Amino acid sequence: MSSKMTYLEAIRAGLRYEMQRDPRVLVMGEDVGVYGGAFKVTQGLLEEFGPDRVIDTPMAEACMVSVASGMAFMDLRPVVEMQFADFIATGFDSIVNFAATNHYRWGAPVPIVIRAPGGGGLRAGPFHSQNPEAWFVHTPGLKVVAPATPADARGLLISAIRDPNPVIYFETKYLYRSLRGAVPEGEAGIVPLGQAELRRAGEELSIISYGAMVHEALAAAETLATEGHSVEVLDLRTLKPLDRETILGSVRKTSKVLIVHEANMTGGIGGEIAALIAEHAFEDLDGPITRVAAPDTPVPYSPPLEDAYRPNAERILKAARELLAY
Amino acid sequence: MDLSPDQLTQAHYWMRLTRAFDDRVMKLHKQGKIIGGCFSQLGHEAISVGAAMALQPADVIAPMHRDLGAYLVRGITPRRMLAQHFGRATGVSRGRDTNLHGCGDLSLNIVGFVSMLPASMPVIAGVAHAFRLKGEPRVAMTFFGDGSSSEGLCHETLNWAAVFQVPAVFICENNQYAYSTPLSRQMRITDIADRAAGYGMPGVVVDGNDFLDVHTAAVEAVERARSGGGPTLIECKTMRMRGHAIHDNMAYVPQELLDAWAERDPLLRFEQHLRAHGLLDDAALADLNARVAAAIDDAQTFAEASPYPDPATLTEGLYR
Repeated sequence: MSSKMTYLEAIRAGLRYEMQRDPRVLVMGEDVGVYGGAFKVTQGLLEEFGPDRVIDTPMAEACMVSVASGMAFMDLRPVVEMQFADFIATGFDSIVNFAATNHYRWGAPVPIVIRAPGGGGLRAGPFHSQNPEAWFVHTPGLKVVAPATPADARGLLISAIRDPNPVIYFETKYLYRSLRGAVPEGEAGIVPLGQAELRRAGEELSIISYGAMVHEALAAAETLATEGHSVEVLDLRTLKPLDRETILGSVRKTSKVLIVHEANMTGGIGGEIAALIAEHAFEDLDGPITRVAAPDTPVPYSPPLEDAYRPNAERILKAARELLAY
Repeated sequence: MDLSPDQLTQAHYWMRLTRAFDDRVMKLHKQGKIIGGCFSQLGHEAISVGAAMALQPADVIAPMHRDLGAYLVRGITPRRMLAQHFGRATGVSRGRDTNLHGCGDLSLNIVGFVSMLPASMPVIAGVAHAFRLKGEPRVAMTFFGDGSSSEGLCHETLNWAAVFQVPAVFICENNQYAYSTPLSRQMRITDIADRAAGYGMPGVVVDGNDFLDVHTAAVEAVERARSGGGPTLIECKTMRMRGHAIHDNMAYVPQELLDAWAERDPLLRFEQHLRAHGLLDDAALADLNARVAAAIDDAQTFAEASPYPDPATLTEGLYR
């Protein structure tokens, strides 16, 4: 059984499913209750679950994340909404120094989920468009997911909520209402953490991506197919822990790899994936590991600037053609 | 609340044990047996013991690095605590964290702290928030200092705790210095407790070197929290009698200030009280000191005989 829904509706469906199943699950954040969230992801949840499980909070992200950790110690399962992924920086210390290290230091797990609506393309400017996932991928003790489809939006969220560790869930604002898809219902729709998904199989080139860029990569692959090229697209889905075997398996098959992410280049996840491939699949390569990512600037507001900033199918095509011709 | 003679005698034991443990840690560090930083408890014993003794076992506490007494009251044994200082596998954090850091144990309802004070404040607000959501008659307590009162997280947490009326008690240990920085560089006000009014919660100032004063205020705050009256801020005035950590000779503190505070030593004052009420004499004090010394000797023997963690376990426990 499945139903068609938008990416945004799928996130809400995942929240509702877990809140109905487990009375310990609660949602907390700025404007998530009465207003239903800045993007309306949590709309209707207050009416269904009440103010003790859908909590409108003061504007205090650092406090909010650690309050969630304290609640988790007392056997609740809080899901914290950052209004924008950009704002997660104000809660950074509570995430990386407290939540991430706790189980290693004294053994108490911190089962919290932080939802972070990220990404650009919406003319939202430098502080409503960021992709800060690399900060958290670099932090031991966290898990990081980034769904690209409605099915994964629901399925990964359920897995994140059930995971006994702190999970940062990067959702993509650009896809909220622009992407609809089939979403399996019930337990069948659960997507395990740590498993990449092959979105398109191919023989000549692997494009490895996640989040909104998966769809740009698929568009590029479609165009390349009309030019006679067989390109595969791998959707990472979970950024930490990485699905190393699936990544390496794809590279060993195609021998050429293009890594695409919307976040800026330096210190991004693309570098980690490139190093993984260079270390473990060097002999299988038949071309330079190539990255398409945003330049190392803040995310600009003005349309021509943001369009020049944000990777897209056209830029992926250009890089892919060069790599295919190598 | 009046404490029974037995409770007063018990409090005396915890305070003497805290001081003896502290003295031993200082000595072991000078002998090169304990490495890393060590944070003295000298002068803070009445706060950590007096506040912790206001809680029930089901209540949750998040002490910091001046609160050895609270860990001991709540059931961390001297053995586990000294093994922690030695970095042994039998320490509270199994060699993962240092000195009093990371000494959490949820089976004892203790939350461990991290260095970025006051990081435990919002965690304890969350614990208390959970109690409120679940309707459990439990209370959560934590500690912070004059230095960390300048952090934004202190403001965020006190505000949050008041907004949601969570059953929490926040104990500020105002010991005059944050590392080398005096109060005058942290704030323009005299009493941090004054800020409580700005959050809409009661704020009280107590003599942090007076066990009974600390304990009475803590009991009142705990009862208020347990009965649905919300959070309280208690400011305990005290003095850090040794450096920030053991390496710090605190040449920046005027000697007259230390001399003045030495006359208000919390243990000596408590012992005067006990003697005045016929609960302590020279023989009883000698007996107590012998018991305390034996407990610390036993802890040292245990810690030194304990194995270091196996390097093969380096990555264990990162995830559940």
